[in-house]
Amino acid sequence: MINMIIDGKNVTAPKDTMLLEAIRGAGISVPTLCAHESVSRSGACRLCVVEIKKGNRTRIVTSCLYGVEEGLIVNTKSDRVKNVRRLVMELLLARCPESDLLQKMAKEMGIEAQPRFTPDTDKGTCILCRSCVRVCEEVVGVSAIGLFARGSRKTVGTPFMEQSDACIGCGACVYVCPTNHIVMTSTGEKRKIWGRNFKMQACSKCGKFFAPVDQLKFISKKTGTSMEDLAVCTECR
Amino acid sequence: MKKTANFTAKTKAIVKKHGGDRSALIAVLQDIQETFNYLPKEAMNTVSTMMGIPASRVYEVATFYNAFSLNPRGKHIVKICVGTACHVRGASAIQDKFEQKLLIKPGETNQDQQFTLELVNCVGACALGPVVVIDTEYHGQMTMNKVDKIINEINKEGAQQ
Repeated sequence: MINMIIDGKNVTAPKDTMLLEAIRGAGISVPTLCAHESVSRSGACRLCVVEIKKGNRTRIVTSCLYGVEEGLIVNTKSDRVKNVRRLVMELLLARCPESDLLQKMAKEMGIEAQPRFTPDTDKGTCILCRSCVRVCEEVVGVSAIGLFARGSRKTVGTPFMEQSDACIGCGACVYVCPTNHIVMTSTGEKRKIWGRNFKMQACSKCGKFFAPVDQLKFISKKTGTSMEDLAVCTECR
Repeated sequence: MKKTANFTAKTKAIVKKHGGDRSALIAVLQDIQETFNYLPKEAMNTVSTMMGIPASRVYEVATFYNAFSLNPRGKHIVKICVGTACHVRGASAIQDKFEQKLLIKPGETNQDQQFTLELVNCVGACALGPVVVIDTEYHGQMTMNKVDKIINEINKEGAQQ
């Protein structure tokens, strides 16, 4: 076990965990957007910043990516942390003025949109955290989506912004998206995501539509399970 | 149809030349760009299947670097420097002249696919301003008359070949 001092409290955490888990384990809340249990950490949203002290030096780190260290002194509420977090939040608000979640988080943190940052109108509610791209590559394993171009033109999408053959319509990207930027509409036998329509499979027992046919085909190919076995929904299995 | 087959065949040869390792992706894309003057969609799809890199990753790399173009480009790339020094020495007049002569705006390619016009912010030859770089050749102290002369010369060379 590793011993640390977090906000003046003695905290112990298992080796090889991240600071974020140790802090939350001590009952201290830290705002995050991109840290998700299903995907690898990237430190993209930068809201989880904390101040650490080693020897005489202090510095700001993203707690979701910083491993626990013996004797570390962590401050999650110093003026410096609050300043950095406020600026990050102000910039996120300017990028996604329409995001309800960001509005709510900002309100809780007592932060208002700043007139000096002109709000974007073309970005939707995407904060470019790459979580959807990661889940598609790491968990689903199809890499159907990516982040294209760079700088202010960077956007999430499918190659050439066209309907993707690689996409299986599983909706993992929707599940993992912190700001609900990705739109998936389901109407019984059809599901639409990333501009493509997917035919849904009806359960051979209860008749409920439960997953896209393409997703079941993908699972069948990967695991060797027959399509007949997969055509039964999880509740009837 | 014939054009697509051509893209695929040439792309296959390029990928083979680089051994098909993932790390060679940028080199492969550079060679494709060299061959076709841009990255055709068919070529990128071929690269994706042959090298085993998801199409989304190939497209990410291709859109990240300014050196890659996804739209067809002309045989000759005309880069007009509009940096501070060249601007002061009349780069905008030179730009107007090129636009009139080639009948295109910056970022466009003319109809016979010979010229693509681009603006750059400094080519590091401020003493020669206004500077225009055509392919790899630097043309310093540009004037309106020189524009006509240079374009006519390139057209003449092209006709001879």
